[in-house]
Amino acid sequence: MAQTEQTGRFLGGPAGWVSVAVPAALFVWFLQFLPQIGAGEVVRLSIDWVPSLGVSIGLLIDGLSLSFALLITGIGALVTLYSTSYLGGHVHYSRFVIFLLAFMTGMLGLVLSDNLLALFVFWEVTTISSYLLIGFDADAAKARRNALQALLVTGTGGLAFLAGIVLIGVAAGTFDLSQIEGTLTEHPLYLPIFLLVVAAAFTKSAQVPLHFWLPNAMAAPTPVSAYLHSATMVKGGVYLLARMNPTLGGTDIWFWTLVIFGGVTAVFASILAIRQTDIKQVLAYTTLMALGTLVMFIGVGTDKAIEAAMTFLLVHSFYKASLFLMIGVVDHGTGTRESTVLRGLWRAMPVTALAAMLAALSMAGVPPLFGFVGKEFLYKASLDAPAWLWVTCAIFAASALMFAAGGIVAWRPFVGELAETPVKPHEGPLPMLVGPLLLAVLGLGAGLFPDYAEWLVRPAAAAVAGAPVEVDLYLFKEVNSAFLLSMVTFATGFVLYLLHPRLRDGLARFKPRFDPGWDRVMDGVAAGAAGLTGVIQTGQLRRYVFITFATLAILVAISVVRGRIDTPLASFEDLRIKHWAVLLFIMAGALLTAFTNSRMTAVAALGTVGIGVALVFIMFGAPDVAITQLLVEVLQVVLVAVVMLKLPHLNPESISRVRPWDLALALSIGALTTLVLLAVMAAPLDLRLTAFFEATSAPIAYGRNIVNVILVDFRALDTFGEIAVVAVAALGAFALLRGTRRPSP
Amino acid sequence: METLVALMVGALVAAAVYLMLARNVLRFLFGLILISNAANLLIFASGGLTPDSPPLIDEGAIAPAAGAANALPQALVLTAIVIGFGLFAFALVLVYRAYQTMGTLNSDDMRLAEPEERS
Amino acid sequence: MTTSLIVRAATRILVGLLLVFSIYMLLRGHNEPGGGFIGGLIGATGFILYAIAHGCRAAREALRLEPQTIAVAGLGIALVSGLAGAIPGDAIFTGQWLFLGATETDKGWPLSTILVFDIGVYLVVLGAVLTLVFALEEEV
Repeated sequence: MAQTEQTGRFLGGPAGWVSVAVPAALFVWFLQFLPQIGAGEVVRLSIDWVPSLGVSIGLLIDGLSLSFALLITGIGALVTLYSTSYLGGHVHYSRFVIFLLAFMTGMLGLVLSDNLLALFVFWEVTTISSYLLIGFDADAAKARRNALQALLVTGTGGLAFLAGIVLIGVAAGTFDLSQIEGTLTEHPLYLPIFLLVVAAAFTKSAQVPLHFWLPNAMAAPTPVSAYLHSATMVKGGVYLLARMNPTLGGTDIWFWTLVIFGGVTAVFASILAIRQTDIKQVLAYTTLMALGTLVMFIGVGTDKAIEAAMTFLLVHSFYKASLFLMIGVVDHGTGTRESTVLRGLWRAMPVTALAAMLAALSMAGVPPLFGFVGKEFLYKASLDAPAWLWVTCAIFAASALMFAAGGIVAWRPFVGELAETPVKPHEGPLPMLVGPLLLAVLGLGAGLFPDYAEWLVRPAAAAVAGAPVEVDLYLFKEVNSAFLLSMVTFATGFVLYLLHPRLRDGLARFKPRFDPGWDRVMDGVAAGAAGLTGVIQTGQLRRYVFITFATLAILVAISVVRGRIDTPLASFEDLRIKHWAVLLFIMAGALLTAFTNSRMTAVAALGTVGIGVALVFIMFGAPDVAITQLLVEVLQVVLVAVVMLKLPHLNPESISRVRPWDLALALSIGALTTLVLLAVMAAPLDLRLTAFFEATSAPIAYGRNIVNVILVDFRALDTFGEIAVVAVAALGAFALLRGTRRPSP
Repeated sequence: METLVALMVGALVAAAVYLMLARNVLRFLFGLILISNAANLLIFASGGLTPDSPPLIDEGAIAPAAGAANALPQALVLTAIVIGFGLFAFALVLVYRAYQTMGTLNSDDMRLAEPEERS
Repeated sequence: MTTSLIVRAATRILVGLLLVFSIYMLLRGHNEPGGGFIGGLIGATGFILYAIAHGCRAAREALRLEPQTIAVAGLGIALVSGLAGAIPGDAIFTGQWLFLGATETDKGWPLSTILVFDIGVYLVVLGAVLTLVFALEEEV
């Protein structure tokens, strides 16, 4: 990755200023809602977008969306500030800024939209822009592959989401979140809605077994990882679940699906986190752990669980963004991210070390940091939860492992003797230190004064629960079971940290299955597509025609068999000799054309058919059509006769053999056409249009030939289009003959 | 009478499809003529069949006699015939040109745009 | 091209008749079977007959204008007549009528944008068919 420290431009030039100023301004704008929302109000702003579809851009600002909006813009501003140094000298820095701002817009729209369809559009905006961000280093095959993987996994979830939204619209009668009244849990469509929404949330928030794309998304530049992992992208799924909790939550299937998948993800991810040596990868897996925890507690759904989940959301956003940004500084300052190499950076990078340790302590849940508050409330909620044993065990295991992971990421690299690194360790530039330090200090401040965090947590929890929730955050009140559990967690975590090199070697024997599995799936899809193309896209005209007609025959046959087409019995009673004569005339002509080996016979037979058809027109009162048909027939013969002089004879060998498959298909298409036409003619006709033409032709349009009046007056615009086609066909053929004249081969 | 036209259209379509599945593009062209005839007949017939009473209004009358043929499908078919002729003529020129360029009328051998796969 | 004297002599008369007939079909089209499409096709047949008997070059000379020019001009006439229908404030392609010398009992000479439109159709069909046939005959 092209990283340069000397940008030569203050804050990365205009692109950089804009990228910092926009989120910062938005952050301030959102701050002004804090008192109002904190008091329990909900703000709605609405603009019509596609009125005919009922799509409006309605902003719904409640506790939940405001919390997210503040995180997105606040952390966004810090991340963009950080990027001015980290990527400010990159050739494609402006491009990066555009992607990042697009992503930020998508995320903001996602959390603020009141209308589900608008929400979906923003959901897809985040998917696409995250694809661009993860694949930002587009020269690397790995980045491209991982970006595509993220796009496909979350994009598939997006499709499920769209289907779910449509069903919600059907079930609730509205696409506006604020208009959905009550729950949909009793609705017959509940199960499909639930499955689709959960599929969307699980892909976006990377729950096992769809988690594999998230660690791979580390291919993105570090600020992007920090942003995607802390406040945004992956929290999209969590947001969706939280937002839908009042509407879809509270059922058994909701509870068990979320609790089981969330719990498994949390524990599984923490174990995998210990296994990594790249500290960025360690952090990636701890993000999975946090997502699993959030999903699990939203699934639990008690007031306490929601309070804990919303608290933990803030906790995690603070420490995760800080740690990721810190890793960028370390990577930058030392040239490596290997936990086995990094040692004793404390002296060389004191500010970074301070930020890292504060954030890591918060991650480990050590008092007096905000992480401790978060963990205490998780424990308290888990002990009261239904299925408390499972929830508590899961959160205990995850927390203990988190403690160890915190040690690996932020303790080990900084203490001890300074080790050899590819670059001589040095502190990062100021813009890269502001973010991590500020966020880490915020974690400390919120831990010491948790009452201020209540401003956000209380309205957010109320929005998720669908009713006011009592929120009272505190650092320490009494020695209770949750507190004791915390102490045990520290002890376990400490032991795990000491043992982690051995654990890592033990775990290294288990190879990851999901990622190679993904590659096999993709290979399978590609091979399947190639195979299908090989079968249906042979480059042979005959094959294309055959497939088209065969599809048509099958579809029509299905309709006939299933009784969709009402076929009356054929009646021959009203046929007179002249009718039989014309029928035989046409049939003989068609048969002869199909099977003759002589061009001249074929042309003559075609003429027979054309004249037969003209006779039919005359018989049934269409003189204009009959005349036209006869004239065209004459001209066709003239043209064919002229061209034939220059073309070779039909090759008898290739066509005298009857082609049985083609014949069978042709006969079935013919039979089906007959059946369908009989059915059509038996159905009653809607003659309103004809009646109108008949009634107005003479009095208003002054014409007694209704067909001609339709052509040149009633439907003159259509006729104009048609003569234009005729003219263009003639000019095209003319150009083909004259324009491309070249020596004949 | 409905049966009559339905059988005609069926026979024409069957012959047309059989021809369009042939290798020789000239036969494909013959199939094209037949199928456009069939389509014209089909549109005409689905507007109802009324023998011997064209949609003409007598001098001085303001509406056609009761039971006159349906004028709408006739108008549609009339333009369809002319356009069908335009299409046919263009296709004919195309076939002629293709023969000049590629020296064959066998559609399997016409592989300028999609060359034979290596495999 | 060598054709028999009889054919050549007969075509001269036939072609004239066909052309007159085609215009007759065009003009009566609004009230009796006929119209621009049929008229144009008949007119084209006349010229093709001439080309068969006397050769393409002679037919082109008899036509005076390039057939593709005729087709495009017809398209333009049809379009103008359609647009003219909008001048009194109606939708485009609305028929406008003027009865020259109309009295109580007689409608007089009916002139209309409709007739102009049908003439446009006639010219397009004539021009398009002749473009095709002449080009093919000369090329092949």
